[in-house]
Amino acid sequence: MALKRKSKQFNWHRKHLLGLRELSAEEITYILDTARGFEQVSTRSVKKAPPLRGKVVVNLFFEDSTRTRNSFSLAASRLSADIIEFTKKLSSVSKGETLLDTAKNLEAMGIDIVVVRHSAGGASRFLSRNMNACIINAGDGFCEHPTQGLLDVYTIRKIKGTLEGLKIAIVGDIAHSRVARSDMWAMTKLGAEVTFVGPPTLMPTEVGRLPVKVSYSLDEVIEKVDVINMLRIQFERLGGNPFPSIREYSHYFGLTVERMKRAKSDILVMHPGPINRGLEMESEVADGRNSVILEQVTNGLAVRMAVLFLVNQAAAQKLKT
Amino acid sequence: MKVILDTKQIEQILRDLTKNIISDTPPDLDIAVIGIRSRGEVLAQRLSSRLSQELGKDVPCGTLDITLYRDDLNSPRGNSQPHVRTTEIGFNIDDKIIILVDDVLYTGRSTRAAMAALIDLGRPRAIKLAVLVDRIGREMPIHADYAGYKTDAAPVKLVQVNLVESDGKDEVVIE
Repeated sequence: MALKRKSKQFNWHRKHLLGLRELSAEEITYILDTARGFEQVSTRSVKKAPPLRGKVVVNLFFEDSTRTRNSFSLAASRLSADIIEFTKKLSSVSKGETLLDTAKNLEAMGIDIVVVRHSAGGASRFLSRNMNACIINAGDGFCEHPTQGLLDVYTIRKIKGTLEGLKIAIVGDIAHSRVARSDMWAMTKLGAEVTFVGPPTLMPTEVGRLPVKVSYSLDEVIEKVDVINMLRIQFERLGGNPFPSIREYSHYFGLTVERMKRAKSDILVMHPGPINRGLEMESEVADGRNSVILEQVTNGLAVRMAVLFLVNQAAAQKLKT
Repeated sequence: MKVILDTKQIEQILRDLTKNIISDTPPDLDIAVIGIRSRGEVLAQRLSSRLSQELGKDVPCGTLDITLYRDDLNSPRGNSQPHVRTTEIGFNIDDKIIILVDDVLYTGRSTRAAMAALIDLGRPRAIKLAVLVDRIGREMPIHADYAGYKTDAAPVKLVQVNLVESDGKDEVVIE
């Protein structure tokens, strides 16, 4: 029982969450610990608590999303905030309005927190430098998707107890994956050993400078890892011909029932969604006993509630000083 | 620093609280004990095991984290940054008599937050407040149904409850 009264407690002070690269292990752990307290809000009779009452959250999404946008909306509603849903297709962006003008106009209506997804890396950082509102990055280009990284380590920690010493493979289209990057930062900071697995054409050019191992063969790593995170092939981002055919990719890098027979019996199978069933993962594996894909979604809600709560608290503290 | 309650006195207070709760509660009604984090949690555990023993039936015990219901979240004072922790109540509170337990009742704001939090969990038959120390200085219309020790300590003083489970020793001191 952690009840020590005089121990100096960690204080969260960031009013933006832009990426996990800049966070310390202590900050990441603090978010995960805070998220534990939000899980029960979703399981009880009144699925709502009051800490963001009177606050306005904008979901500013310039790219498509099902899970992340709905998860942030629900997280904000459960904390009693009001929500504005912004999607590119239904907005004045099609009339030529810039990102900053769109954001500034929303800010003029008195919003408090902006959750932003954009195809340009650094979009959320750009907004954080030009606005007073709290900014949460919900995916920027190929850079980061911090709440996905957090919910992934939250899910692993909840089941395995700790990330310290775990071997984790992240498989697939690493080059175009902001999830792979946020996962890598969170997992390595918490003490796991991460291996990027995929064809050389789908490895980021900077991979040699990242704190990861690299493998071009899933068969080489499948027996060794405690957790395997299968990324989606992002057809919408692929240029050129990174692999000869989908069948060939699937043959070498798909998570099949056959490959799972060689994995550890307690391996955790993860996927950030949406799944291309039969391509990066066979349906039997996606729905199998090692899969925690739906737990990831459930945990994402608690993690996003924690993040919304913490950035708002940091803003309230700053207002006072 | 002045010790206002020692181990023996705390023991006696818990014994008296248990007796009074039992004599007030019709035997056909279900009681449960819920402690407010952190010191209320420890006191609630002690109270529920005493009640279970005396009544010869299981009196469930839970822990309530009131952080999300605090009234100062958007106007934080001093360095008291709120830390969200878990609420652990593994039973249905509907129709039960809930004995809400805290170490010190002072402004009444924690109790208000706790009542708001409890009502989001269900509809108890009644909520009764039991505290070890009842300190003058209420800022809300709230009173304790069961209070161990009353003090009129001046506002500048700190009333601190130490318990074996969390602090290694049972005592209440005024600093």
